[in-house]
Amino acid sequence: MDADPQVNAQCHGDVLQVVVGGTWNIDTDSTPAMEDALLKLKGGVRELLLEARGLGQWDSSLLVFLVRMMKVARSSDIAVTLHVPDGLSRLVNMAQRPSTCKTPKKPRDPFLFHIGAWFLSLAPDVADFLGFLKSLFQAFHGMLLGRTQMRFQDFFGAMETCGMRSLPIVACTSMLFGLILAFVGAVQLARFGAEIYVAGLVGIAMLRIMGAIMVGVVMAGRVGAAFAAELGTMQVNEEVDALEVNGISPLEFLVLPRVLALTLMIPLLTLYADIMGCLGGYLVGILVLNLNPMEYYSATLNMTPFYHVLIGLVYAVVFGIVIGVVGCYQGLRCGRSAQAVGNATTAAVVHAIVGIIVMTALITIFFNALKL
Amino acid sequence: MAGKRKLERAAALGGPVLSVRDLKVGYGNRVLMRDVVFDVAPQDIFFIMGGSGCGKSSLLRVLMGLAEPQSGSVNYGSSAFWPGEEETRYKVMRRCGTLFQNGALWSSMTLAENVGLILEQYTDLDPEELRRQVVVKLSMVGLAGFEDFYPSEISGGMRKRAGLARALALDPEILFLDEPSAGLDPVSSRQLDELVVELSQSLQSTFIIVSHELASILSIATNGIFLDADSKRMAAKGRPQDMLTDPSTPPVVMRFLTRGGEGPMPGLPSGGKMANVHAGGGI
Repeated sequence: MDADPQVNAQCHGDVLQVVVGGTWNIDTDSTPAMEDALLKLKGGVRELLLEARGLGQWDSSLLVFLVRMMKVARSSDIAVTLHVPDGLSRLVNMAQRPSTCKTPKKPRDPFLFHIGAWFLSLAPDVADFLGFLKSLFQAFHGMLLGRTQMRFQDFFGAMETCGMRSLPIVACTSMLFGLILAFVGAVQLARFGAEIYVAGLVGIAMLRIMGAIMVGVVMAGRVGAAFAAELGTMQVNEEVDALEVNGISPLEFLVLPRVLALTLMIPLLTLYADIMGCLGGYLVGILVLNLNPMEYYSATLNMTPFYHVLIGLVYAVVFGIVIGVVGCYQGLRCGRSAQAVGNATTAAVVHAIVGIIVMTALITIFFNALKL
Repeated sequence: MAGKRKLERAAALGGPVLSVRDLKVGYGNRVLMRDVVFDVAPQDIFFIMGGSGCGKSSLLRVLMGLAEPQSGSVNYGSSAFWPGEEETRYKVMRRCGTLFQNGALWSSMTLAENVGLILEQYTDLDPEELRRQVVVKLSMVGLAGFEDFYPSEISGGMRKRAGLARALALDPEILFLDEPSAGLDPVSSRQLDELVVELSQSLQSTFIIVSHELASILSIATNGIFLDADSKRMAAKGRPQDMLTDPSTPPVVMRFLTRGGEGPMPGLPSGGKMANVHAGGGI
């Protein structure tokens, strides 16, 4: 028996006899002999006779060939006779089952259609988000009145995730940021012999705004993404549906504890980041600029009035709400597939960071108008 | 098919395609099942039965090479699987196909891509031939025309069948089915059973099926084992239909095969006939 697939096609009048034999392996692509048989089939044949002779090992490559021959024959109204082993002929029949698909071809929408659809979906999306905010506000209001389905266990768990577990990353990033600020500032200030003003530069920048922004960005990546992925997976597993059908509001049960925990924890983390950032500046001051430690310390206190800390906290609270709400919203609006969870997580981080920047701009304009 | 030649060889040698000896399955220090001994003959439709939580799926994971047994051996033909070389296991798994409980189709790919990925991975077919293979595999499970649909666009039963098509991609010698009927209505479940029988006869493949679906077990199983969670041992082996009539069948297996007893279900009026519940109205 040959190691290759054998196809022998011969025309007897208007009958095409195709004899298959040899060894058929799924790795074999279609051979010239197969193409020859197909070609002969298209040359005015009225009957096709498929036979197996000297057939050794075979697999679905033979099946595919036979099905292909029969399909071509059928499309040209050629009668087919099949003389192959029983198992093979049963498989051929199975492989030719009529399609049960009622809409076999999915309409492919043109590119412009997608742009239009996206634009039209904007308004409902915004309305949906506002509706979500309204329900969340109502849930919060209910909680203040003592009517809530929120589990405080979840609230404390979320506080731990958002707060304590985020300390190392916040310490690392904000300290390095303070350090960078001090270095960059020192280069310019040293030209005027005003190195000591590095203390004020780092102090005001960190306390007033950069501490909150650093924490916001880190938390958007760390916690906002986690919220979206967690709620998204719950959505996929129908856990959210299970809450709803049992009369438990997912908003009160899932969203409220997370948003509250984040809104409470981000200001605390911001204070921590402020201290770490100033510490970074302090290290540069005394180790690189050779400033006196006490002098740097008192300069920081003198040049940074306390209201900067309060302004920083206003930013922090707003960022906490933005990250929490966006993360949970994306999670709850997630589709029901693994890919949808990935999309929700990405959207949560991207929207939260954009939200942080937009809110920073608005709050900065606001305080500027107040001349603070 | 591809499996056929190896099965013929195994059958010629008179050996089983899979033999399990003194297997102990569990996690960490926890033992789920011990002293598991059985052989699977070529073309068997072999059921691993047992109540919930008895270690059926864990045993299947060991047989599929996804988890290591605590002790004992698993051999496929003459290949040592556990304990054995990783390379041998890889080669054996190449000859096996698996249908996971929920189909486990890759959600970001169409059905054609799901089946095609495996063919791409293991063969050098050109795209046209690959597409023809995919179409044939999907047609065999009754999904002709659904090639470009995503898993999220088809029903649960269709996802199961698409999973089966993916398992069939490489013409496997052995097919593992994990709870194939779970989540299917009785008609779809029966259709899947018919498909299994048809495939086992035409492909001459061996099926190893984990299930507690009685209707399937009693209608298509040719062999099987029953795992008992309480004793953590095999309680019976053989053809489930024969277990029903065999007086030596342990009571725990009998209870399972008769859904806990022959009599009417307590609490239902008139011998548990559901029709009477409707006739009684009141809802």
